[in-house]
Amino acid sequence: MSQPAALNIDHVAKLARIALTPEEKTRFSAQLGDVLHHIEQLSKVDVSGVEPTAHAFPVVNVWADDVARPGLPVADALRNAPAQRDNMIVVPKVVE
Amino acid sequence: MPYEAVIGLEVHVQVKTASKIFTRVGAGYGHEPNTLTNEVVLALPGTLPVMNKAALDAIIKAGLLLGCEIAPVCKWDRKQYFYPDSPKNYQISQYDQPICLGGSVEIELPGASRNVMGEHKKIPLTRIHLEEDVGKLNHGAIDSLVDYNRAGTPLMEIVSEPALHSAEEAYAYLTSLRATMIYGGISDCDMEKGQLRCDANISIRPVGETKLGTKVELKNLNSISFVRDGIAHEIKRQIAVLERGGTIIQETRDYDGMTGTSQSLRTKEEAHDYRYFPDPDLMPVQVDDAWKSRIRATCPELPFDKQRRFFEQYQLPYTLTSVLVWDRELADWFEQAVQLAGTEKAQAVGNWIVNDLLRELGNAKQTLAESKVTPAHVAALVKLIDAGTVLTNAAKEIFVDMAATGEMPEVIADHKGLKAAPTNTDELEQWCRDAIAGNAKALAEFKAGKDSAINAFKGPVMKAAKGKANPKLVDETLRKLLASM
Repeated sequence: MSQPAALNIDHVAKLARIALTPEEKTRFSAQLGDVLHHIEQLSKVDVSGVEPTAHAFPVVNVWADDVARPGLPVADALRNAPAQRDNMIVVPKVVE
Repeated sequence: MPYEAVIGLEVHVQVKTASKIFTRVGAGYGHEPNTLTNEVVLALPGTLPVMNKAALDAIIKAGLLLGCEIAPVCKWDRKQYFYPDSPKNYQISQYDQPICLGGSVEIELPGASRNVMGEHKKIPLTRIHLEEDVGKLNHGAIDSLVDYNRAGTPLMEIVSEPALHSAEEAYAYLTSLRATMIYGGISDCDMEKGQLRCDANISIRPVGETKLGTKVELKNLNSISFVRDGIAHEIKRQIAVLERGGTIIQETRDYDGMTGTSQSLRTKEEAHDYRYFPDPDLMPVQVDDAWKSRIRATCPELPFDKQRRFFEQYQLPYTLTSVLVWDRELADWFEQAVQLAGTEKAQAVGNWIVNDLLRELGNAKQTLAESKVTPAHVAALVKLIDAGTVLTNAAKEIFVDMAATGEMPEVIADHKGLKAAPTNTDELEQWCRDAIAGNAKALAEFKAGKDSAINAFKGPVMKAAKGKANPKLVDETLRKLLASM
């Protein structure tokens, strides 16, 4: 694996959709840099011959049968919504 | 300069399950907004996804029907992005280990005319993966409204290779893919309900060029006809740009089927950075041979295989197969009727279904299951005609009655006096004698060996019988009399 890409804190903040103050940027840059440094160390471990895995436990095929159960009443479903109309959540106009 | 279009389709198909893909609240279309949610759908803190076994069975079935390789192991990944249609701010999908690889969709292109079967081709697939659908955004003038009913519906993404070369091929591809999914009971594929959605990647290049041109993604193709029209429009637009000396820019365009125009969608300048990583909440899925065999046992015969069999087994013409095989229920219905009427009557049965049954269903706005006509009705009618008991015109009338009342054809024929007449052979013999006596020329021709001359006598006999004579009996009687002359 190559060196971790230079950390662009503005890009990361944008992807995470959070606004950071200059102080926070400095602080988080250092923290995230440490994480990247740690990963860099991990990537030095020789893993040739080790099967890549997404999980630590060899457990597969965990599922449930397709049986529908009642969900939340609309009023409960919308309780966290800052604004609602016609039983829907109101968000700023988004078009993509 | 002649150009060639290169088209790849990304088709999203909702899997028809009772519950959602990662939680057991109901899934469905047409419910009141936000009535199909729970804590998992809304991504409330501390909730965990649990895989729906039926969704896995369905995608394996889709893969087997399309000849894909089913991966022995596949996993789940998070695709991160912020958009109000996704309450988790990530979508659970499959990134580098999809469940189905390769495969193909057989297509049939239009023939020289409606009655002629066109060329068949196999369009290769890249992959099919399973993911969760997102919520629905309803855009208003000043804000947008979010309905999470659709969020978490199991969704297959079927990706073709860039191997289609015309709007007609894309149309044929979608028609075939849709029929395959419906046949397999995997999805109802109603595009109006968003159960099948299609994006097209389109580029053009000079004929002979092997490098791909700049592709344009066409979105909002919400009916199969719009897919065809939209692609045809985009190919023309790109050719016009190049002929003017312009260059194609990579962009996403929105096609408006009502006006037949497209416009560029303003997209974020920054490329998407989805930061895929394996979902730690879901374990991988391992598909063994036993599982595949179980699913394979539930796979139906596909439309084009059925068409080949109908040609072979029943000698049906394309005009009939092209209607019958696209509807699994109708094709099964046809075969039930043929079983009762006899294989040699298959074409007659097919004609009654395609011409009369479908017309009556259309007039009454009924589905096949709702119709009062059963395979036994059609088989009985075909037998009555074959035996000469009823004539074609009377049979047409009987059919309409049958569809309205559900009575068997013989009962209707009796009740309405639609049976061929006369049963009185003396009367028939006299009409035949008169007819022969009235046409010396035809008599001489027949005696000289021209068999078809006999037809000249049938008109007057039928006229005397007011059209109700049994044609078989008329023929037999005439031959008997002529032989003795």
